[in-house]
Amino acid sequence: MEAPIRAREILGFTLLSLLFFVCRSSPSHNLLISNAERRIDLSSHIVKVYLTLKVENAGSTPTSEILLAFPPTQVDHLATVEALVTKGKRKKTTIVHLDVKPTELPDAPNETKYFTIYLANPLNSGESTTLEVLYLFTHSLEPFPAEIGQSESQLVFYRDSALILSPYHIKQQTTFLKAPSTKVESFTRVEPTNRAGTEMKYGPYEDRPSYSFSPILIHFENNSPFPVVEELVREVEISHWGNLQVTEQYTLVHGGARHKGVFSRVDYQSRPSLNGVSSLRYLLARLPPRVHSVYYRDEIGNISSSHLRTDSRKSELEIEPRYPLFGGWKATFLIGYGLPLQDFLFESSDDRRYLNFTFGCPLLDTVVDKLTVKVVLPEGSKDPSAVVPFPVEQHFETKYSYLDVVGRTVVVMEKKNLVPVHNSHFQVYYTFKPMFMLAEPLMLTTAFFLFFVACVAYLHIDLSIRK
Amino acid sequence: MTTVTNMPLSDLLKSFKLKTKQQELLIRVSILCLVYILAFITRLFSVLRYESMIHEFDPYFNYRTTLYLTQNGFYDFWNWFDYESWYPLGRIVGGTLYPGLMVTAVLIYRILHFLRFAVHIREVCVLTAPFFASNTTLVAYFFGKEIWDTGAGLVAAILIAICPGYISRSVAGSYDNEGVAIFALLFTFYLFVKAVNTGSLAWSLASAFGYFYMVSAWGGYVFIINLIPLYVLVLLITGRYSMRLYVAYNCMYVLGMLLAMQIRFVGFQHVQSGEHMAAMGVFFLMQVFYFLDWVKHMLSDTKLFQAFLRITVTCAVVVGTIALGLGMLSGYISPWTGRFYSLLDPTYAKDHIPIIASVSEHQPTAWSSFMFDYHILLFLFPAGLYFCFKRLSDATIFIVMYGLTSMYFAGVMVRLILVATPAVCLISAIAVSATVKNLTVLLRSKNKGVLTGSTKGSSSSRASSKALLDQSQPFQKNGAIALLFGAFYLLSKYATHCTWVTSEAYSSPSIVLAARGAHGNRVIFDDYREAYFWLRQNTPVDAKVMSWWDYGYQITAMGNRTVIVDNNTWNNTHIATVGRALSSYEDEAIEIMRSLDVDYVLVVFGGVTGYSSDDINKFLWMVRIGGGVFPVIKEPDYLVNGEYRVDKGAAPKMLNCLMYKLCYYRFGEMLTEYGKPPGYDRARGVEIGNKDIKLEHLEEAFTTSNWIVRIYKVKPPNNRW
Repeated sequence: MEAPIRAREILGFTLLSLLFFVCRSSPSHNLLISNAERRIDLSSHIVKVYLTLKVENAGSTPTSEILLAFPPTQVDHLATVEALVTKGKRKKTTIVHLDVKPTELPDAPNETKYFTIYLANPLNSGESTTLEVLYLFTHSLEPFPAEIGQSESQLVFYRDSALILSPYHIKQQTTFLKAPSTKVESFTRVEPTNRAGTEMKYGPYEDRPSYSFSPILIHFENNSPFPVVEELVREVEISHWGNLQVTEQYTLVHGGARHKGVFSRVDYQSRPSLNGVSSLRYLLARLPPRVHSVYYRDEIGNISSSHLRTDSRKSELEIEPRYPLFGGWKATFLIGYGLPLQDFLFESSDDRRYLNFTFGCPLLDTVVDKLTVKVVLPEGSKDPSAVVPFPVEQHFETKYSYLDVVGRTVVVMEKKNLVPVHNSHFQVYYTFKPMFMLAEPLMLTTAFFLFFVACVAYLHIDLSIRK
Repeated sequence: MTTVTNMPLSDLLKSFKLKTKQQELLIRVSILCLVYILAFITRLFSVLRYESMIHEFDPYFNYRTTLYLTQNGFYDFWNWFDYESWYPLGRIVGGTLYPGLMVTAVLIYRILHFLRFAVHIREVCVLTAPFFASNTTLVAYFFGKEIWDTGAGLVAAILIAICPGYISRSVAGSYDNEGVAIFALLFTFYLFVKAVNTGSLAWSLASAFGYFYMVSAWGGYVFIINLIPLYVLVLLITGRYSMRLYVAYNCMYVLGMLLAMQIRFVGFQHVQSGEHMAAMGVFFLMQVFYFLDWVKHMLSDTKLFQAFLRITVTCAVVVGTIALGLGMLSGYISPWTGRFYSLLDPTYAKDHIPIIASVSEHQPTAWSSFMFDYHILLFLFPAGLYFCFKRLSDATIFIVMYGLTSMYFAGVMVRLILVATPAVCLISAIAVSATVKNLTVLLRSKNKGVLTGSTKGSSSSRASSKALLDQSQPFQKNGAIALLFGAFYLLSKYATHCTWVTSEAYSSPSIVLAARGAHGNRVIFDDYREAYFWLRQNTPVDAKVMSWWDYGYQITAMGNRTVIVDNNTWNNTHIATVGRALSSYEDEAIEIMRSLDVDYVLVVFGGVTGYSSDDINKFLWMVRIGGGVFPVIKEPDYLVNGEYRVDKGAAPKMLNCLMYKLCYYRFGEMLTEYGKPPGYDRARGVEIGNKDIKLEHLEEAFTTSNWIVRIYKVKPPNNRW
């Protein structure tokens, strides 16, 4: 029932957008895209889109802002957008990352959402430049059938448009879609359309006006498991005695087609290539080097199935959930590890200290729906501030740990819809006097001293009433 | 010590004089500290080998209730109605448990948090039993000191610190009532003996509170409330009645009774049930004794007193009997419970209450387990009794009675070895201490020539050793040295045995199974938690799980799902219904399961791994318990010529009952051992008899990686058209 409705919606959307195109006048009109090539990688559950745009300024005024448009259904699943420009020729190429920011336009047709790419140098009239844009979608592969048995393979839908949605006129465009295997059940044809092995080619299409849209639907096999972390809480606790303790709490779910009916262990064990091919057997976490005291447990105790491999550059922790995860099955667990402080804590020029740590989830190839990073600063630290390369929600908390009197300041950062690209570094700045390090040992010493004094006093004082 | 140098010479000499006493105190305190630490760390094997986790079955319930108590506070805990167990009946948790353990753990937790130690409640629960074991060693020291001397106290502390009989129930993670109850039991006894020895109201008040704590912690308090009256009765009969005894017993009984009635699970049972009547009878007897004593004091005429005595005693006995008879007849006084009967008559449970007899720890004790749990204490115990009889006092009479009665109970039930352990340790400590003291006195007297008063040994033993000294001078020294060495050899053997037993036998959590792999490496079977965690994460929140009652507590605690029956075996009919479902044919069972709203059925199966305590081996008990209530189920149907088998020669009913089907479903395709046919059951060492099992109303929902736990889903009824 859902598909026809959506098709109708899209049709209406296309018509409307054409309508808008007629009566619309915006400052970006003077730009046009002379050539666009889009490559969509559907091999994992994170859809990667590489877009190469050749932008030409056909107007008279120089401009430095280029708009990217997304339909509202896609923008909810959009995890990240990156744009870069290659400069120089041949061997001397340098890559320049460009700023990309979400933008609201007042007269956006059909709630189209925009991102603006800010060029480093304004594009003068008559000039052209080539942009490389990468964006990732999560939760964009819809399993169909939505429920599968143990021995069936997982088929998914992918929806997009054969034409690139853009506020600009596109002279020539091509779209390539790459499926993980040759098993493609069906795909929408928008001529010219070709299929060669795992790749489908849409286009080239010539001279399409702005806001052109042509929905396509691809139904193909994707047997890779869809590990989705519904919620991840990472707690980084700084101890100035030389340790950085990281605790990560996961709520993991297999986001693929839901498991239906029987789970037979005998089939699963004897014919692993045919049974439960899309099940999630293990996960790989990439941890920083020199990691120590790693643990892997859940609410009811230690989970013994994990392996740690360390070398001087990285540590790899391979974890198996207690049971293989089929579609829709859940597992919650906890990973904790210690790290040497000197690798991550530095002193800034203005005499403050800062922690430099990775933000995202260390599990490879996973989507995180909601991530909370908590940095627990040592007791007595002041003026905390966090620097994160992308927008996050921030607030402060107080936490009481061992022997805390005033409590520790916790910097809490929250972000939704994360992909491994977000594993970049962030910094938390704070001031801390080394004197506070001695507070807890002194407290303990005093307590013991008082205890012994009390003992000595008790032995020497006669408390009896009778004499 | 700068103050010492500033003192005048006389004071300095004085402080010198105290020196040996101070040294002795120092040695004593340091030994006690070491024993305290030893008792704690010897119980940590399981934490080091496995992890900090709760063991076995019952502790999971205790852990779950403790969690509830920490999260919801005491009043909610007290009024807690648990919907997650005994579906659809539910369980009034607050009124059907002994809250002492949970309250203790939460109290420790709160204190630690107040002192800013941010520990998890689980760690507190895991370490509660070792902590109380350490405290028990201290109590044993003071108790030994009270009944004999400090030496015996020290030896008792050391013996009890490592005695396997006690360790078996108090390793880290065994978060059970017994863990704190043995401490409470010994503490109450100590305080009561102290009260009898001093006649002090303060001590008997303390013993009443000790008794209260014991009542709050464990159902074994019945032992105290019967042993103490028995002891008082013995003292009365042997003519050792004194004002001290009167004060101690009355205060302890009256206050203890009032306090015990505050525990909801006990309540009015304390004055109404047959088990508590002995204490009340002795209480009244005590008053009669006091009254007679007073009359005797007032009357100078002995003849008149004799007549009065006769009349009073007859009246008292008649009134007592009539009261008891009326109480019994009107039902005001409830008769003895089955558990109590089975203690007095070991064969009672087997004939009448199969559910008690089915538990392995309720079996009569084998000789080997006495040897295993007591080692040399088994031989030292009679020796200690000899010493006690030689120096009879109120205190030694108590320990002798405690030792003898608890030894009897230990013989009736395996798990009551635990109750006898403190008594055995104390009495053995008397033997060790007295022997070693006598021998060292002998050695010293030889060297010094004259005995000094430095050792405060018993005068009688010193006299006897002196007498011996005169008779056979030449061999005595050698003999004493040889005997001393023998004693130390035995004691060191005891220490190694205890450590070995603790590490090998009593430190396994039984949730996680460990085995040796083909290359000598350790293989861990974590199937229980795999299954429980699967239940917790991947079944509807209100799913009802049917399993045999053994796993009920674990499923609710770790799987967080509703169960039909659990280890609190309060409703025999309900358990029998589950037993009946498991031992019927599938289409009969489905009716029972639908009537109980069962969504999942969980069975434990050891055929792949060779794990022998699985449901197939427990199956006959399910048949017996089911058959006890529902005569449709007959044990002989499942046996062939009185033999229990699962292979081709098994009874047809056995091969097609639900339990067999669920355990062996698709097992016939499985190759378990090289060189054996498929479907070879490694736990029983046979090829199974029914390899083609079809399930009609159930489907396999989950099987753990080593097949130990198998979970089946009850299919919804078919559409009618």
